[in-house]
Amino acid sequence: MKKQWYDYLWIVSLTYLVLGFFNILFAWLGLLCFFIPLIISIAKGTKGYCNRYCGRGQLFSLLGGRFGLSRRKSIPSWMKSKAFRYGFLVFFFVMFFQMLWNTCLVFAGAQDLKQVVTLLWTFKLPWHWAYHGTFLHPGAAQFAFGFYSVMLTSTVLGLVTMVLFKPRSWCVYCPMGTMTQLICKAKNKGP
Amino acid sequence: MNAERKRRRAVVDQTACVACGCCVKVCPLKAVEIIRGTMAQVDESRCVGCGKCARECPASVIEIREVRG
Repeated sequence: MKKQWYDYLWIVSLTYLVLGFFNILFAWLGLLCFFIPLIISIAKGTKGYCNRYCGRGQLFSLLGGRFGLSRRKSIPSWMKSKAFRYGFLVFFFVMFFQMLWNTCLVFAGAQDLKQVVTLLWTFKLPWHWAYHGTFLHPGAAQFAFGFYSVMLTSTVLGLVTMVLFKPRSWCVYCPMGTMTQLICKAKNKGP
Repeated sequence: MNAERKRRRAVVDQTACVACGCCVKVCPLKAVEIIRGTMAQVDESRCVGCGKCARECPASVIEIREVRG
């Protein structure tokens, strides 16, 4: 099958992760991975982003498939249950809003900028080398640290399930995938 | 003489499908599509039951079954 331009978007995803090690402000670009799937699902009622443009999914396909880093076992049934998928979506949302709240506190001057990346919502990794100051408010940098934490955490989780189960196991419980599927269901609900 | 023969087809558990589209990408005959962003659907007239989609499906909701036809 002939490759299309969008089959190489894994390079963009990989570059995004690498850039976060050099300048944390690049983390803002990750918002594209939030807004594009939402816009496609709301405007077109499809999961076009997951189906074609998700660079992260392609990266897992490549690492787990061509590079053979996956055991290629079936994902446990509880992980593909609606309870887990919706529960993980809610959990992800709660953590996301907590991150936004911390950003607001820095913007309001009630909290200092923390130059850390929080992995798996728990482990605070020093990340000061990727911050070189900004002409913007420190709150903008706090959002970048928080957002990169979200992106790195989901990548690590995706890599773990890629190794344990099938390459794109992340797609089963990806909060964006679950959310866009819900939007599509609501939008395409017949009379 | 019985002219019926068994053929293999991919069957999707559509209630559990996450509509990720992995099956669409690997199908050599373009026999799978994602409908309305909610589930995968197999075109029975095209599917030959090769099993690529079932192997790829991250949720393992595709089965290869023998059907008459």
